[in-house]
Amino acid sequence: MTEKVRPGRIIKRQRLATRITHWLWAVSLLFLLLSGLQIFNAYPRLHIGNEAGFAYDNTLFELTEIPGWLTIPSTRDLATGRVVHFFFAWIFVATFFVWFAASLRNRHLKKDLLPRGSDIAALPGDIRSHIRLKFHHTIRYSPLQKLAYAGVLFVLFPLIILTGLCMSPGLNAVLPWLPELFGGRQTARTIHFIVMLLLVAFFAVHIAMILLAGPLNELRSIITGRYRIDPVTKGKRS
Amino acid sequence: MTTLSRRKLLRTAACASLALPFGGCNMFDGLRNRQNAMRQFMQQSVNGLTYRTQRLLLAADQLAPEFHRSDIRQGQKPNGSIDPDTPEYLKVKANNFIDYQLTVDGLVENPQSFSLQALQAMPQRTQITRHDCVEGWSTIAQWQGTPLSHVLDQVRLKPQARYIVFHCLDALTKSLSGPEYYYESIDLVDARHPQTILAHAMNGAPLPIENGAPLRARVERQLGYKMAKYIRRIEAVATLDGIQGGNGSYWADRGYEWFAGI
Repeated sequence: MTEKVRPGRIIKRQRLATRITHWLWAVSLLFLLLSGLQIFNAYPRLHIGNEAGFAYDNTLFELTEIPGWLTIPSTRDLATGRVVHFFFAWIFVATFFVWFAASLRNRHLKKDLLPRGSDIAALPGDIRSHIRLKFHHTIRYSPLQKLAYAGVLFVLFPLIILTGLCMSPGLNAVLPWLPELFGGRQTARTIHFIVMLLLVAFFAVHIAMILLAGPLNELRSIITGRYRIDPVTKGKRS
Repeated sequence: MTTLSRRKLLRTAACASLALPFGGCNMFDGLRNRQNAMRQFMQQSVNGLTYRTQRLLLAADQLAPEFHRSDIRQGQKPNGSIDPDTPEYLKVKANNFIDYQLTVDGLVENPQSFSLQALQAMPQRTQITRHDCVEGWSTIAQWQGTPLSHVLDQVRLKPQARYIVFHCLDALTKSLSGPEYYYESIDLVDARHPQTILAHAMNGAPLPIENGAPLRARVERQLGYKMAKYIRRIEAVATLDGIQGGNGSYWADRGYEWFAGI
């Protein structure tokens, strides 16, 4: 027998600053990825250290070429790839500072993103329910969600910005310790590439979770801010 | 149960298919056209912002990182022209650069020509630096040469001078009207920078032909393409308009940034 499940109530989940910065990042990261792969094609080899080894081997990884359907523009054009990359890099970094200031002010950082003790206690249960693809729709992020978002926002974003700045000979003169912190300019370039791969992996999981958790409700929450949470009284699902 | 999950599956598939039109990036290929309005907007806004930010952050004489002898593990990777074949170059190369003369003129009080020996007799600077190519690779080498600021002091810049242009003996491309000679330019902040030298030696030996013999520029706070090789003439100018494509550099005329701090 099927019992009708009463829909839960709709709450206001995402603030305006969160929604705007989310979409600015989504667009700028897409362009940064595709123009970045264009730039990578100009020298598709990753090294460890300050130099690219030509007379000796410090190569970590080597590709022949990223296919044109994954690059902007679709043919080899380093100059245009750089124009697109730096344009969106400025947008990406500016958005990061706007997001950080707004999220400090409206307590998004503290209330929603920083994991607390209760999150650690709830982590095993959250992992189990994710494995069974059962998603809870609540006003708060689940522990795994917090971990994923905090990892991207506090680790991967700062890392990709700082390693990107290491590519600048001008900035290297201002902050000579920065490339050394990462083990040299070529290591920084390698880390920049690896963080890109991690962000792509995050994107894949992010989209999969949205599709599985109910794409319309999830999408609405990051466009209008409104989000339907699970009903408090549990109806027995058939 | 089955109806619910089938509906969920269909909805999931429909949503996933929305993402498909984003595959394939030739929709942005219009940006390849150097005259494209969007490209020009992006390039000008970014170039301006990057240039102003770096001039703000970088003190005039802040040095690029220097390295130790033990960091020199290989030669300097040759790139661009590696054995120029223009008649002008072949002429100075034939006599092992003994007849070579560097002309320094333009907006200067006292235009002069210098032989290689005259340049070597001036104060010298030796530095071990990392050369970063726009393509993405880096190599470390030792460079020895005459500080450009010392040469500029000999010819005395006029107050109107704002840029220093390096005219070169090599041509990477040929057009119908003849060879398109390599050239570069820097502002006076970089021209007066202590590490900006006219290098005639590399890793303790005379500069190899593939690396720019007899004379190349080192502009250590910018990318490799700013460091013109095979320099024949240095010109002080008030504006970059009217020199070749008018963008101040061989590569800037071909869509790259004039200021190559990143």
